[in-house]
Amino acid sequence: MAFVTTTDLIPLIPELILLGAAFVVLLLDLFAPGSQRTTLAVTTIVGFVIALVAEIQLLDSGATGFYGTIVADGFSILFESLYLVIGILTVLLSLHYLDDHGIGFGEYYVLLITAVVGMMFMTSSLELLVIFIGLEIMSISSYILVGIRRRVPESNEAALKYLLLGAFSTGFLLYGISLLYGATGSIRIPEIVVALQEPGALNNPLAIIGVALIIIAMGFKVAVVPFHMWTPDVYSGAPTPVTAFLSAAAKAAGFAMFVRVLLTGIPLEAELWKDLFWAIAVLTMTVGNVMALMQNSVKRMLAYSSVAHAGYIMVAVVVGTPAALSSVIFYSCAYAVMGTGAFGILTVRHFGKTPDSYDDLAGYARYKPCLAFLMSVFMLSLIGLPLTGGFIGKLQIFQAALEEGWVWLTVIGLLNSALSVYYYLRVVVCLYMREGSVPDGAVLEVAESPGFALTGLVGAASVVVYLGVFPQTLLELAASSVSTLF
Amino acid sequence: MIPISHVLVLSALLFSIGVLGVMLRRNVIVVFMSIELMLNAVNLSFVGFARTMDDMTGVIFIFFIIVVAAAEAVVGLSIILSIYRTRKTLNIDEFNLLKW
Repeated sequence: MAFVTTTDLIPLIPELILLGAAFVVLLLDLFAPGSQRTTLAVTTIVGFVIALVAEIQLLDSGATGFYGTIVADGFSILFESLYLVIGILTVLLSLHYLDDHGIGFGEYYVLLITAVVGMMFMTSSLELLVIFIGLEIMSISSYILVGIRRRVPESNEAALKYLLLGAFSTGFLLYGISLLYGATGSIRIPEIVVALQEPGALNNPLAIIGVALIIIAMGFKVAVVPFHMWTPDVYSGAPTPVTAFLSAAAKAAGFAMFVRVLLTGIPLEAELWKDLFWAIAVLTMTVGNVMALMQNSVKRMLAYSSVAHAGYIMVAVVVGTPAALSSVIFYSCAYAVMGTGAFGILTVRHFGKTPDSYDDLAGYARYKPCLAFLMSVFMLSLIGLPLTGGFIGKLQIFQAALEEGWVWLTVIGLLNSALSVYYYLRVVVCLYMREGSVPDGAVLEVAESPGFALTGLVGAASVVVYLGVFPQTLLELAASSVSTLF
Repeated sequence: MIPISHVLVLSALLFSIGVLGVMLRRNVIVVFMSIELMLNAVNLSFVGFARTMDDMTGVIFIFFIIVVAAAEAVVGLSIILSIYRTRKTLNIDEFNLLKW
């Protein structure tokens, strides 16, 4: 009797394709030395696209494998497709950046692929063991990606901080899982749910401490206050395309895990948890926005603003109704695209250097009108103005909160949005209102933006606008994928 | 037979020592060792539960934790090595290029 048959592999087809692509890239790098960074990048993109096609084929298949350990339900397919799209965007944004900064490792693309594979395992599994392994595949790949500029002290430091805090939070996650295993006798989410629904099961101190530890660990992964301290350091020290990737895909994966494990896996109706999440949501929004306000570096500002956006998503997590959960999905997707776009603009050199502070943004309107326009689109979407994906996302979240009577939470959320207008518009003002003077000896690349990056950025901006004008498709997908969760 | 409570108390103690080590020690290598200690405390509690429940799941979990910890150690030590090359120090307080 075979314990595992080939049908078990069906929900894993996208992952297998990606792993194949990773090996091809690795071999290409080995046997075609010095070759053509472009070849590697294109191979990677092809891998991502084929996996995306496979992912779409799996939609509605309801395939499960390995005794229900791996599922291809609507939820996992939607999130996995998001990781793949962000993966493609990241590759497009990486090419010129890697050349500019002399990062000539083919491993860069391989690690990008393995990180995405890890995220996909995290999202599609119902067993805490596999979720943990997926998380670690993702984390270890991203530790290396963050520190890939190994002769740059900032990059080293970011990698070290990410590694220490990531491993630290993994310790909490594992301890939580082990206590939950002791309390319920299982590490499979469906069985844990059943065990915890028994009367009195939630009064078991093992279960309570276990859940609390898992919440702490998840808090680190999605960077909510007070577990956000690593975010600005890691995001500003990492190579910018990697920052874009982490802030979009890794964060979305964190929230997917959060929803899968905590919201569907553990009955959290108790007032205690609601209050805790409420406090976390308010703190995260406020601290993120206030700190972003005080930054002088645009990259760091965007890092803090990603903390604030995690806070908005936490609002929906507090509400916890199916409508709110589908807004978590919508907002994760919308933020992933606009966040990648915003960081992506910063990968392109301006006046011969990679822009960092607000002052570096001067002169964009004159010398790089296209990038200035795209950046403005991303900023407006991050603020949440109508006709952008950010607007629909916020609307969904606060609507769901109001329907459940969370008036104060909504008010605080809206006030925070208002606060964020200042620093996002400051970027737009710097882009358009300030004349940049060309520094002596700087190479002027007038309107000569790298083609790949421009393709990616235009694509991201179109998606942002598309989500703002025709949100229906994604909203329906999100709603139907939430219904597959329960 | 040793009761489960003994195992749990020991693992909780080891875990706390690990957490305190991460927060209080200043040498990166020692901090890293403390994290490994936390992971091993988890292994201990998994063993305890697996034995009381007579269930192999916990034991299997441990194998994966050991493998992952090894992978993390490889990457971690190489990152520590590369930061030592650029900074010539291992004191965590001196890694302050990025702040606020």
